[in-house]
Amino acid sequence: MRDKRYIPSGCAICGIMSEQGRLFGSQMIMSSIATMHFRANGLGGGFAAYGIYPEHKDYYALHLMYDSQAGRDGAEALLKNYFVMRLDEYIPTRPVPVVKNRPTLWRYFVSVKEEVKEELYDLTEEDIVVRAVMEVNRTITDAFVASSGKNMGVFKGVGYPEDIGEFFKLDTYKAYIWTSHARFPTNTSAWWGGAHPFGLLDWSIVHNGEISSYGINRRYLSNFGYECHLQTDTEVITYLVDLLMRKHRLPAETAARVLAAPFWKSIEREPEEERTVLEALRTVYGGALLNGPFSILLGSARMMMGLNDRIKLRPMVAARDKDLVFMASEEAAIRAVCRNPEHIWSAKAGEPVVAALKDGTQ
Amino acid sequence: MTISYLTDDYEIVRDESKCIKCQVCVRQCANAVHSYDDESDEMNSDGGDCAACQRCVTLCPTKALSVRRRATEFRQNANWTGPVQTGIVKQAETGGVLLTSMGTDKPHPIYWDNIVLNASQVTNPSIDPLREPMELRTYLGRKPDSLDLDFSDGAPRLKSQIDKQLKLETPIMFSAMSYGSISYNACLSLARASQAAGTFYNTGEGGLHKDFYEYGPNTIVQVASGRFGVTPEYLEAAAAIEIKIGQGAKPGIGGHLPGEKVNKAISETRMIPEGSDAISPAPHHDIYSIEDLRQLIYALKEATNYTKPVGVKISAVHNVAAIASGSVRAGADIIAIDGIRGGTGAAPTVIRDNIGLPIELALAAVDSRLREEGIRNQASIVAAGGFRGSADIVKAIALGADAVYVATAALIAMGCHVCQKCYTGRCNWGIATQDPYLVRRLNPDVGTRRLTNLLRAWSLEIKEFLGAMGVNAIESLRGNRAHLRGVGLTDTELRILGIQPAGD
Amino acid sequence: MRRIYAKEEVCIGCRLCEIHCIVQHSRSKKIIKAFQEEEDRPLPGLFVEESGPVSFAVQCRHCDDAQCVAACMTGAMRKDDQTGAVTHDADKCVGCWMCIMVCPAGAIRRDLEHGKIASKCDLCGGEDTPVCVERCPNEALTFEDRGE
Repeated sequence: MRDKRYIPSGCAICGIMSEQGRLFGSQMIMSSIATMHFRANGLGGGFAAYGIYPEHKDYYALHLMYDSQAGRDGAEALLKNYFVMRLDEYIPTRPVPVVKNRPTLWRYFVSVKEEVKEELYDLTEEDIVVRAVMEVNRTITDAFVASSGKNMGVFKGVGYPEDIGEFFKLDTYKAYIWTSHARFPTNTSAWWGGAHPFGLLDWSIVHNGEISSYGINRRYLSNFGYECHLQTDTEVITYLVDLLMRKHRLPAETAARVLAAPFWKSIEREPEEERTVLEALRTVYGGALLNGPFSILLGSARMMMGLNDRIKLRPMVAARDKDLVFMASEEAAIRAVCRNPEHIWSAKAGEPVVAALKDGTQ
Repeated sequence: MTISYLTDDYEIVRDESKCIKCQVCVRQCANAVHSYDDESDEMNSDGGDCAACQRCVTLCPTKALSVRRRATEFRQNANWTGPVQTGIVKQAETGGVLLTSMGTDKPHPIYWDNIVLNASQVTNPSIDPLREPMELRTYLGRKPDSLDLDFSDGAPRLKSQIDKQLKLETPIMFSAMSYGSISYNACLSLARASQAAGTFYNTGEGGLHKDFYEYGPNTIVQVASGRFGVTPEYLEAAAAIEIKIGQGAKPGIGGHLPGEKVNKAISETRMIPEGSDAISPAPHHDIYSIEDLRQLIYALKEATNYTKPVGVKISAVHNVAAIASGSVRAGADIIAIDGIRGGTGAAPTVIRDNIGLPIELALAAVDSRLREEGIRNQASIVAAGGFRGSADIVKAIALGADAVYVATAALIAMGCHVCQKCYTGRCNWGIATQDPYLVRRLNPDVGTRRLTNLLRAWSLEIKEFLGAMGVNAIESLRGNRAHLRGVGLTDTELRILGIQPAGD
Repeated sequence: MRRIYAKEEVCIGCRLCEIHCIVQHSRSKKIIKAFQEEEDRPLPGLFVEESGPVSFAVQCRHCDDAQCVAACMTGAMRKDDQTGAVTHDADKCVGCWMCIMVCPAGAIRRDLEHGKIASKCDLCGGEDTPVCVERCPNEALTFEDRGE
């Protein structure tokens, strides 16, 4: 099912968020990503959507991909060790002829068993979800957890994103954050799980680029119990985000200073207190520095962040219009859905663009 | 006493058509190889004591001299080679342990030469270090897993400072060489070059001459089994302290500075009587276990009020990974590992040539072990032992080293030609000697400049490597074994090195 | 003016300064030819003094108030206005050796082979770095203006 080899990739990414938490349909994100068709080669496309399961918002929504019944049996047995299943069902799809070799797609709305929490008293509930997800992905050959957050989901597969979106009936969902990815892997073998977004808990990452520091990022993460076994650099980005922002509780702006650390020369120009913090961040989190060309969009329950590598070797344009924030690989992808935004700018190297739910928004 | 059965290793070839009888060779050879016969107005050379140090060859103004291996052939024998026979003859004549200096000259495998590096093509751009920033800055010391930050004012503020770190502008330091084993001018050159390049040199166990206190911010002081020159002022003057347990060239063996080298200045610096032998015991006699090491680490931390990193230097032996892990858990902030190709001022030849592990394997094992145990952040790793150039250094950093120690290369930069005679104290280049006639041969201004140039050159090359790999900060190379591939290595070697074979 | 200074602490007593001085003032200026073929090669204009491990090269200080110039009755010793170098004109020298008597540095020697000529440093013309400084293997000689 999975290619064990490292797959570098080029791509297109885009994301749209309502900072008011207003739910809107998939039409804009579909048009936006379709504008950048040329950046993809049909070997991967996908979407993350936040706010899509309001009726199940207290449960972890697990999106699973199965390549065989054995995979499904194994994964379900494993999941039942950790979770109480509130609901499970097929992920709704519609026939799209060009979308071929589909895995079985299933979703589960679950909560962590009380006795598991008691047994694993040194782990948080989220840690337990991460552990279960990793266990499935590592040990069950024909099963893959595509997303595991609350009130969100990742929909992805092999194909152009516009076809994948059609296949997953995204027109039937409403979300306050949509991100999307069109893939151009430079290795022809592509599989459904390897498409973006990459999801863990409510983090989702879409990524255009290649992380040249992958080798050390991966080994650094192993220090903290994250095992990367998918051989994609997007996986390490996701885990780094989980480590920095969930476990170490760094806010997005600070985490961005780790992932795309400022140059020492810039740090030295800062006033002393800032300098001390930035110096300590680089010293302590050197293994988490993402190096090489990238632009990423991080989605989460309350915010969306765009980030470029420290010398901006990949494109990223951002725009604001009323409550909406747009980020995309190309300006055209924004103007296609918002012809004259109030502000439009090119994101700077290493400086995060953060869109966040307004205080008090549910 | 009968004649010696030893035959000369080298002979001098003098091109009479070029020799002008200026006698520079006579004046420069401390081994009295060259002489001038006044009566017959002839230059003579006797290769007997020639160490092939190239001093005469280098200084001869007409390039009339060359040194060659003597043409005498021992009868061909794969077992009883010339060097084997020579060693036996020496011992038959002296009844002593054979001594030598510098790193082993035996053909131990150099794994660096079987490891190739990666570069960017198409999918990620390489970076031009002449046009883009390229960062080599490295911090050595204990790092927490996460930072204690306060966000109450909005902007993050450190709630508590992290442990003191050594700040290196390039990941290359000068390895331990004591004042005594090398000259005052050599020490001064190392100290000044470290200051100029923003890195560190290491005192070895020779103490710190009063004149060098001003270079304290670039000095790592050693506390070794002899405790020579260890005073509160000595510890206070340094940027970091290193407990020396072992040395790659002579694991398990102590040190011996002969009394004739212990002149007034060295006696004062080491705090031993003038003319007395300085003997470093094989073990620290207060460290017979890991818990004893912990006591010394914390004694030194207490003595310096937790203001300096305390490192432990060990030689690479079979269970190096476990020893390193134990040392980190015992409180070491920096672990220096010295491989079998590391150098020495004096060691028994058999020890130097037969004990220890190649640094590549030891380094890989230690880095992997600390990561498996989740304690890699708690200490920095410094690799040592025969680093020949920037390529070796880049590969070591990719294997997992934070920085490297170089010593032999530094000596070569100052003039050393690796004649392996340091232990005789007659270094013609004025480096490994205390002879007042010889020490002046190393002008510290020249030594400083040559060392600074070497560090600069290697740093520039490291930046080229980083740029080619498409990263612009050394931390993205450190431990990044994905950028390494093995060529011509066995599966077992690849497994220990933690790298894939080329093409895979 | 720029003068030659010796750093005795790093002089290694190799005497290459003397050798290169001789070559510089030889007819051919080629080291092997000067020593092997030229019979009339000059004495070095500087010489290395040694006492135990200490050595350094002694050469004319090119004094501002040069006693040798004052003492020279024929005008063979003169001080160059441009470079400040004290030079010696062999054609004018009569070999009275008063210059040697008054020199406070002991930097002038008799060149017995060439009769009356006093041998001393001429700063190699005083424009470029003198050859002894240029070729000293340990930078024990410098050519600099210390404002003296």
